[in-house]
Amino acid sequence: MSERLRMIEAVRETLRGELERDDDVVVYGEDVGRAGGVFRATEGLLDDYPDRVFDAPVAEAGIVGVGVGLAATGMRPVPEIQFQSFLYQGFHQLAQHVARIRSRTRGTISCPMTVRTPYGGGIHALELHSESFEAGFAHVPGLQVVFPSSPAETKGLLTSAIRSPDPVVFMEPTRLYRSFREEVPDDHEIPLGEARVVDPGDDVTVIAWGSMLRETLEAVEDVDASVEVIDPRTLYPLDAETIVDSAKKTGRCVVVHEAPRTGGMAGEITARINEEAFLYLEAPVERVTGYDVPVPLFAREDAYLPDADRIEAGIRNALEFG
Amino acid sequence: MPTEDIAQFTIRSVQVLSEDETVDEELVPSLTDEELLELYEQMKRSRRLDERAIALQRRGELGTYAPAIGQEAAQIGSAFAMAEDDWIVPSFREQPALLVRETSPHKVLQYAMGMEEGAEIPGGEGALPPAIPVGTQPLHAVGVGWGEALQGRSNVALTYFGDGATSEGDVYEALNFAGVYDAQTVFVCQNNRYAISTRLEKQTDAETLAQKAVAAGIEGIRVDGNDVLAVYRVARDAIEKARDGDPVMIEALTYRRSMHTTSDDPSVYREPEEETEWEARDPIVRFQVYLEDRGILDEETKAAIDDRVETEIAEAIDRAQEDREELDPADMFRHVYAEMPPELERQFEAFGGDGDE
Repeated sequence: MSERLRMIEAVRETLRGELERDDDVVVYGEDVGRAGGVFRATEGLLDDYPDRVFDAPVAEAGIVGVGVGLAATGMRPVPEIQFQSFLYQGFHQLAQHVARIRSRTRGTISCPMTVRTPYGGGIHALELHSESFEAGFAHVPGLQVVFPSSPAETKGLLTSAIRSPDPVVFMEPTRLYRSFREEVPDDHEIPLGEARVVDPGDDVTVIAWGSMLRETLEAVEDVDASVEVIDPRTLYPLDAETIVDSAKKTGRCVVVHEAPRTGGMAGEITARINEEAFLYLEAPVERVTGYDVPVPLFAREDAYLPDADRIEAGIRNALEFG
Repeated sequence: MPTEDIAQFTIRSVQVLSEDETVDEELVPSLTDEELLELYEQMKRSRRLDERAIALQRRGELGTYAPAIGQEAAQIGSAFAMAEDDWIVPSFREQPALLVRETSPHKVLQYAMGMEEGAEIPGGEGALPPAIPVGTQPLHAVGVGWGEALQGRSNVALTYFGDGATSEGDVYEALNFAGVYDAQTVFVCQNNRYAISTRLEKQTDAETLAQKAVAAGIEGIRVDGNDVLAVYRVARDAIEKARDGDPVMIEALTYRRSMHTTSDDPSVYREPEEETEWEARDPIVRFQVYLEDRGILDEETKAAIDDRVETEIAEAIDRAQEDREELDPADMFRHVYAEMPPELERQFEAFGGDGDE
């Protein structure tokens, strides 16, 4: 069985499925109950699961911190943070407790929490509604950072995230919530830490995730070369093996993300390619990223965000080097 | 429209055993002689553990340590009121309460010697590990108290924090969440007058800390934190209310008689007169006189308790020192995730880990 869903519906159906399957799952966050979430990700869930779906006070540290205690009692908290920038208010709870409670108690207490949050630009939203702090989350040992890039991917990855014994920051690309439909299998699990070769190719490898994967696929259509497109899906744990194997095959790589360049995940991925495929490279690893500026208000947003043209230019640079 | 008063609040304060040993017999909780002696012995055990720990730190055998000297009644009285399956959610100065909850001095010392073994939670329930960042753990206690309620269990979470923590946003969020979710949670704020060097007057303009609960719509009550009988009584009542889904915040008025941690020198910011004044209010002395007056405690029993405590702590120190000798540094890789991710595996192997994960 499968149905054609948008990403937002895939989120909702996955939450519904997990609430149904596992009595320990608790969904809570600002406006997730009666209103069904500001993007309608949780619409209808309160009616069906009134004892496990809750509106939360407007307090992000509280939402994350309370999850630590819920998890300690054996529940699986799946809080929503309304926009990724407001997870900054809960970041200390993530870094100081959620991420490390397993190691600091030598495995006797764990925190199987999945924090869902919409991220990224392209929706002409208010200030601080378009950030991508993925590298910050990936930099905290103990966390897993997961990116769906389509409705089916959402179903498979969110299912695995909720079932994971360790905490996950699940970053949903806001601009893809309603942008297209796709067949979504009913029962679908994608293991965390396994990249996907979206399009096989021989001349150049492009690595992109979340919202940027769509832009990349558009860019590739205009490139007259055999392009291998890889979606890492999870930035931690990172499936470096798939990326490195591809780099060895093509010798040329491009990493794309909408987060700022300095300290972004492209740097880490580049380092892994250097460490393990250095002698196979025909060109330095090319980065196509956001700039080191605060994401501008929406009148200038398009200038900030990498688009198909910029990605295409990056691919050409990699192909033409040397 | 005329103006009118639409809300009034009062904060009650409770004392059973006053500094001059006057007893409010009406309020004395019904505890057996054995239980009273147990309270006393736990206070002595904690005091001695702190004293030995400070000395060990001075000799370089222990890391930074936060003694609870002077706060034994506030912690032991409240922890003693908990039922067996209740949860303790501590900060980093809760040795007295942890000892009551059957954490061994050995584990306290392991943690203070820098070993995660000291923060293990046997069976994964009943406690969370010490929380270092000020004011972050009351939220966890709300999650525990809420989670227990959601699963139809009656266990309560009791969390400890200090006066300084009440300035943290997380503490207000915790009080507020607890009210909204009817969390089975009790908040014990030990107002020991100082956040490191910052006096209470510089911490807040609020007349009491208990009233911080009022804004969140939950009950706040103050107790003499150096009166173990009053603390026990107030905590017992609060725990029963929390069991029914009515969270309570207790402000236990006490004094940190020693340093914030072994890295701190209180003589820089405290007057000797004040310290002398609080020495006279010492919770152990006050309770000891009470027990002696009632004929519950004699010289022989006192000596037996002191001997028992001394031996137990000496053994714990020896054991912790042995653990320190035997620890495997590669252990830091083993518990980060349920399953070691490939990148971590790579680092683990490069470190010289045994790769049998």
